[in-house]
Amino acid sequence: MRLVGYAVILSSLWLLWSGIYKSLLIMFGAGSVLLVLLITIRMNRVDGDRIQIELNPLNFFGYICWLMVEIAKCNIRVTKTILTFSMPIKQKLFEVPYTQRTDLGQVIFANSITLTPGTVTVETEDGQFLVHALSYSHDDLEALADMDRRVSKIETLART
Amino acid sequence: MSEYGIILQFLSWTLIAGGTFFVVIGAIGTLRFPDFWPRLHAASITESGGVILLLAGLCLHAGWTLVMLKLIFIGVFLLITGPTSTHAIANAALVSGLRPKSQSVAPNKADDESS
Repeated sequence: MRLVGYAVILSSLWLLWSGIYKSLLIMFGAGSVLLVLLITIRMNRVDGDRIQIELNPLNFFGYICWLMVEIAKCNIRVTKTILTFSMPIKQKLFEVPYTQRTDLGQVIFANSITLTPGTVTVETEDGQFLVHALSYSHDDLEALADMDRRVSKIETLART
Repeated sequence: MSEYGIILQFLSWTLIAGGTFFVVIGAIGTLRFPDFWPRLHAASITESGGVILLLAGLCLHAGWTLVMLKLIFIGVFLLITGPTSTHAIANAALVSGLRPKSQSVAPNKADDESS
């Protein structure tokens, strides 16, 4: 049953991305979908790992919109730093604690930090990320804690 | 061309110009910054602001077609892989012992680790 759903998703993605509907190309597409299914069945024998997505899609969309605004603000700030003649850099490595329960939530938080210019996640440790900031100020910690709260909010409660 | 089309064209070219601006800024920053770590941040301007604005502009240009859908997928993949590769580079630098130069340290001691 799961395989049928998988085949449907793969075929529809292939059709969307191809955009050329000639019989030869469609046959190639069907062949590649079958090949992927065969490989998946073989891999399932090795480990039947499933990834569970425990996110609230509506909140996730809201978070993406908020993140876009944040990215725009940070872009302008770093652009100013680059174009200022003296380049006021005050770089610092510091730790940011995270409160996400799922791996996916932590990945979203770490990638969001990296995606906003001016901060890069350097290392993941137990319960905290090591973050490098271009022009560090005390507001940075508060802003990242705010982002952390927002990412934690889009997680649905983990079934422990 | 209808008025709506003209506005759409204007918007899309504005977005493309903005994206190009951020790509150029990223390049300038990469050249101007003194050290590995700040250069990483300059490159991240290109891959966030530049990519998003350029793809948004191209999406408006394409209109409601299959091309727009493909552009959106490209954007999603770039927004996932971009930070991941930046993190990989930063982590490799950290593991191999490169630390950011602290501004408060005297110039002749700037090469020492400042943790």
